[in-house]
Amino acid sequence: MVNILFIEHDGTEHPVAVDIGSSVMQAAVSNGVPGIDADCGGSCSCATCHVYVDAQWLDKLDAMNPAEEAMLSLSTDRQANSRLSCQLPVTEKLDGLVVTTPEFQF
Amino acid sequence: MSEVTTGPQFGQSKWSMVGKDPYSMPLDEIDLSHPGIWQANEFLPFMERLRQEDPVHYCKNSAVGPYWSVMKYNDIMEVDTSPEIYSSEPTINIVDSFEEFTFPSFISMDPPKHDEQRRVVQGVVAPANLKNLEGLIRQRVCTILDGLPLLEEIDWVERVSIELTTQMLATLFDFPFEDRHMLTHWSDVATAIPGRGSVIQNQAERGEAMQECLAYFTRLWNERVNLEGGNDLVSMLAHAEATRNMPPMEYLGNIILLIVGGNDTTRNSMSGGVVALNENPGEYDKLRADPSVIPNMICEIIRWQTPLAYMRRTARVDTVLRDKQIKAGDKVVMWYASGNRDEEVIERANDFWIDRLHARQHLSFGFGLHRCMGNRLAEMQLRILWEEIMQRFQQVEVVGEPERIYSSFVKGYSKLPVVLYPL
Ligand code: HEM
Repeated sequence: MVNILFIEHDGTEHPVAVDIGSSVMQAAVSNGVPGIDADCGGSCSCATCHVYVDAQWLDKLDAMNPAEEAMLSLSTDRQANSRLSCQLPVTEKLDGLVVTTPEFQF
Repeated sequence: MSEVTTGPQFGQSKWSMVGKDPYSMPLDEIDLSHPGIWQANEFLPFMERLRQEDPVHYCKNSAVGPYWSVMKYNDIMEVDTSPEIYSSEPTINIVDSFEEFTFPSFISMDPPKHDEQRRVVQGVVAPANLKNLEGLIRQRVCTILDGLPLLEEIDWVERVSIELTTQMLATLFDFPFEDRHMLTHWSDVATAIPGRGSVIQNQAERGEAMQECLAYFTRLWNERVNLEGGNDLVSMLAHAEATRNMPPMEYLGNIILLIVGGNDTTRNSMSGGVVALNENPGEYDKLRADPSVIPNMICEIIRWQTPLAYMRRTARVDTVLRDKQIKAGDKVVMWYASGNRDEEVIERANDFWIDRLHARQHLSFGFGLHRCMGNRLAEMQLRILWEEIMQRFQQVEVVGEPERIYSSFVKGYSKLPVVLYPL
């Protein structure tokens, strides 16, 4: 199991433990973490599983593919540490990952 | 140009499939583009047959020329998310000349221009801005609902769906409230097929109305361009780097896109919800027992109704979808109304099920770069409407057959007789 900490925009913390192989988006959805809509169900085509990744974890993530970059580039509240959580596979090296969810998904 | 002036020959019955048996007619004669079966509410079995027997279907002969129909959820996803293969230019309507009716706007542009223009305007309908509008919208919903007569027949389309949608658009543009009905008129004119029974008789009339719209919005632009701030759409366009030097026709195109995009779609979802709950009294009981299901129900209403039956793309290159060879230049139509009923992806897809799991996963807003920009706005309007309906009425009862629109694109209602029963 891998531990991930989701923090809502108002500071509420949701620690979850998930199996390797799913995605960070699925980790949130299957554990009832609020703040992730995932309208498209994980195919990188809506940008409603947007998260801000804690700085120390950024370089441990796989690089963005062009589809993720394209969807995120249309997000109204993108920041330098923005990612789409459906594009982040849960791996052992992400044990302890911390991400913040935005106030709104759009 | 005479074909353009009269529009495609939708009126000719030779193309109509109304009354035909969907399972015995030759497969290659199935033509979903003809509005007849949509108005007659007979489209479901035709779509079901195509999903089963020929999910990427070529219709060679139709009033609008040859085109491909993409019927399955996952295939639609693939087309929608491959703009490098399937272009939104020159138009997203199955009728080629449709583009001549309207004006350049980013819904029918590909990247990078699409992305640049969308980025400018989308802030106004982003949830952060909507939060500021929620109070005003709720107030307007309450005023409309409180003004409705009880226990007598009224037309829900006219009294609620149209009125509320119009007021909502006026709010977004900060449009002079007393003139708000012009917004609905311009929207109707922009999408009308000229002819008998239509709001316009010919292209010249469309041109006049669009000039009037442009003149009105140019005045609003001039009034606001030198004022600080303003979180209405006109101010945003007038102030943003990417749009403030926009040529007039492009400004008009964006205005029309927002009026049209937010008009019929939301209106028909407002009517569709009433129809769906009346056809499924068990679901209406569930809603009365637990109104906290409303946000989930709104997604389900939008899936079940599918206010825009399709979006069209045009193949840029030769390509293959399932086992079919699609040629560069071919029209490819993604039938959202079919994908939303695809049992392979959506459980009990034909059922209206207000507490459905994963209700957000439907195709009604499209997916990919062109995914509906107004989706959160539409959801919010519908949520507020149903919250306030449940505060007031025991039932909105449908008391006569709904009248449906003669269109294979806009899927909705022109009339919905109801009686309101108070709590
Ligand atoms: C239930 C209501 C609505 C439905 C079902 C709906 C449906 C759609 C669909 C299917 C598209 C995709 C177009 C494509 O892929 O080519 C779209 C795009 C769009 N919609 Fe909506 N819409 C709704 C409400 C609204 C509202 C309220 C607005 C007003 C702001 C709006 C504005 C737009 C715009 C501007 C686009 C173009 C986006 C782009 O090309 O990037 N829509 N809509």
